[in-house]
Amino acid sequence: MDNLKVSLSPHEKGRLTTNKVMWLVCAAMLPALVSALFNFGIRALVVVVASLVFCVGLEYLIQKFVLKTKVTVCDGSAAVTGLLLAFNMPSSIPLWQLFIGALVAIGIAKMAFGGLGKNPFNPALVGRAFLLISFPVTMTTWPVPGATRFVWNIDAMTAATPLGNIKLHAFEKLPDYWDLFIGTVGGSLGETSALAILLGGLFLMYKKIISWHIPVFFLATIFVFTGIAWFIDPEQFVNPLYHILGGGVMLGAFFMLTDMVTSPMNPKGQIVFAVGAGVICSCIRLFGAYPEGCMFSILIMNAFVPLIDKYIKPKRFGKEVNYVG
Amino acid sequence: MNFKTFKIGGVHPPENKISAGTPIEAVELPKRVMIPLSQHIGAPAVPVVQKGDKVKVGTLIGEAGGFVSVNIHSSVSGTVAAIDTIKDPAGFAVKAVIIDVDEADEWEESIIRTPELIREITATPEEIVATMKSAGIVGMGGACFPTHVKYTIPEGKKADTLIINAVECEPYLTADHRVMLERTEEIFVGVEVMKKALKIDTAVIGIEANKPDAIEKMTKAAANFPGTTVQPLLLKYPQGAEKQLIKAIRNREVPSGKLPLDVGCVVDNVGTALAIYEAVQKHKPLFERVVTVTGKKLAKPANYLVRIGIPASVLIEKSGGIPEGTAKIISGGPMMGKAAVSAEFPVTKGTSGVLLLDESEAKRHEVQNCIRCAKCVAACPMGLEPFLYEKLAEKGRWDDLDVLNVTDCIECGCCSYTCPSARPLLDYIRLAKANVGRIRRERAAKK
Repeated sequence: MDNLKVSLSPHEKGRLTTNKVMWLVCAAMLPALVSALFNFGIRALVVVVASLVFCVGLEYLIQKFVLKTKVTVCDGSAAVTGLLLAFNMPSSIPLWQLFIGALVAIGIAKMAFGGLGKNPFNPALVGRAFLLISFPVTMTTWPVPGATRFVWNIDAMTAATPLGNIKLHAFEKLPDYWDLFIGTVGGSLGETSALAILLGGLFLMYKKIISWHIPVFFLATIFVFTGIAWFIDPEQFVNPLYHILGGGVMLGAFFMLTDMVTSPMNPKGQIVFAVGAGVICSCIRLFGAYPEGCMFSILIMNAFVPLIDKYIKPKRFGKEVNYVG
Repeated sequence: MNFKTFKIGGVHPPENKISAGTPIEAVELPKRVMIPLSQHIGAPAVPVVQKGDKVKVGTLIGEAGGFVSVNIHSSVSGTVAAIDTIKDPAGFAVKAVIIDVDEADEWEESIIRTPELIREITATPEEIVATMKSAGIVGMGGACFPTHVKYTIPEGKKADTLIINAVECEPYLTADHRVMLERTEEIFVGVEVMKKALKIDTAVIGIEANKPDAIEKMTKAAANFPGTTVQPLLLKYPQGAEKQLIKAIRNREVPSGKLPLDVGCVVDNVGTALAIYEAVQKHKPLFERVVTVTGKKLAKPANYLVRIGIPASVLIEKSGGIPEGTAKIISGGPMMGKAAVSAEFPVTKGTSGVLLLDESEAKRHEVQNCIRCAKCVAACPMGLEPFLYEKLAEKGRWDDLDVLNVTDCIECGCCSYTCPSARPLLDYIRLAKANVGRIRRERAAKK
């Protein structure tokens, strides 16, 4: 035996790999995808497939021809971004605009910062923010769920989202809680069904990919904050359950705020991060110009992550003094 | 049963205790043994024999080279062939006494070789501590710290609990498990001896839940030894680490840079308890120990009673030889053991196992970017931030690492084990610890 391997311990390696993490996140988005296809039909399918092709393809092209590094599209992270970007679009989005969104998400938000794990902001949300500001009309045109299932040209079949109606104080037009829960309401194609997102989120928790801290504290903060507003003035503000179930809060809580790369590294920091996002999101929704504040709240808190990681440290062993000799 | 465990961090590697059901078996003596003079932390022993000297089993061949040092004894009868340098598992040169073994296997007359249990302890606490040093007793869990040093309680400090580490949280290893099943009573008398040396009445034996037979047998035996209890523990690596074990059993946290004694505890391995029994009650110095020889591809994984100095290759041969495709031979377990450069290293007082891994098990995965999943932070039993240490160590920022308590790391390997991107976290942390230690020494020298 003269070709023995010699290395430092540990000599054993856990079975979870980064690729597996990414593909599990993709798998967890399947229920929301099913709900999107059910509500928004073929346009949703086209947007999801196009977004996946754009994101994975752009990452491949950038790694191969621009950066000339090893191509790592198989790790699944570009697919996660592709799915999330599509989930954040109305199903009526023109594909050329979607392409620009993918270019911003992958090219600027991810690869320009050094690729996998190096991006300070969630790439899909950067893509969406760019599109919302650049194309405000198409990004706030919401096809009617169900009715547009088999229709390609859906310009005539649009309606306001629940959050849009809240902003306009059209409380009488609000759908009931059950519709909000199962997702047969207007909105971005992957965000409408709280049920589907919850299923995926619980799957990720069961697989220990995400911890409960971020979603629970984020949703609780929004519930409490909007609840206080509702308690003070029910004429002006809406029941906090609407804020939890409507809009992108559920998708944000389980799939975007929990994005490993752009969230803090220990539970205490994650709680601060989630509460901060919850406060910002509630403020924008209650008092801001936009009906939806979830995306901005996440991007703003992403910027605080290095600061949170620097000052909020995990509990060190040996700090607890419980012995008097 | 009331199972306990430590709070922060920890991982659950596959147990792979394939040799758990195999009784301890003696090993035939080879033609030659190599007994290193430094099998412990501290000063090496000074050889007291010369080439050509006749030695018996248990004859003193190396005398303690200081307070933090212990005696070394011959494990065989025969003739000293040479005092020369050999290679330890990691390939470093160490001084060793090489002895040609004769057929007689003659033991020193002072050693009581009858099997009956001697319960009555006649030695005084001072005599016990002196015997620990003269009989060469060291911590047999792998650290090999001279035991008498721990039992010399400094002025102003007081121990109230003796904790016996029978956790054996390393995957694959079953030596302690077998010792508990086969030498139960002797261990308990050993614990009595240790309690007497510390002048305390309380001892707790911590055993993990994956050894129900040992928990049962030890609990039954504990009834005859007042003051000694068995504490079953939930399965979690690294529960056998001193600080984690104290936390699990007594819920006390040893502060950074302090010793178990600072929270009133003394921790010793269960194998050490047996060695102390034999040294004090049977006048038998430490020259043999139980070693697990294991591996998934190995023909006969087994537990052997091995004389110190027998090469690992002899044990592997007895277990069916090195299997085809073996890529790594480890002295110890898979989480904290040392990879050996060859199978010719001798078994020492700290060798708890010899583990053979094949190509697929030994292969390190391709390193990917850190995805900040925080699994290393969650897994760290010391509440540290391995990902940050790796980043800083790559840049050589040793001063920052010092401030961030990198020296608290116990090198259990949970971070590297759990990292989905297969980053060499612990490798960089070791580099950081070495550099921080160097900087601290330089700083102290300047003052």
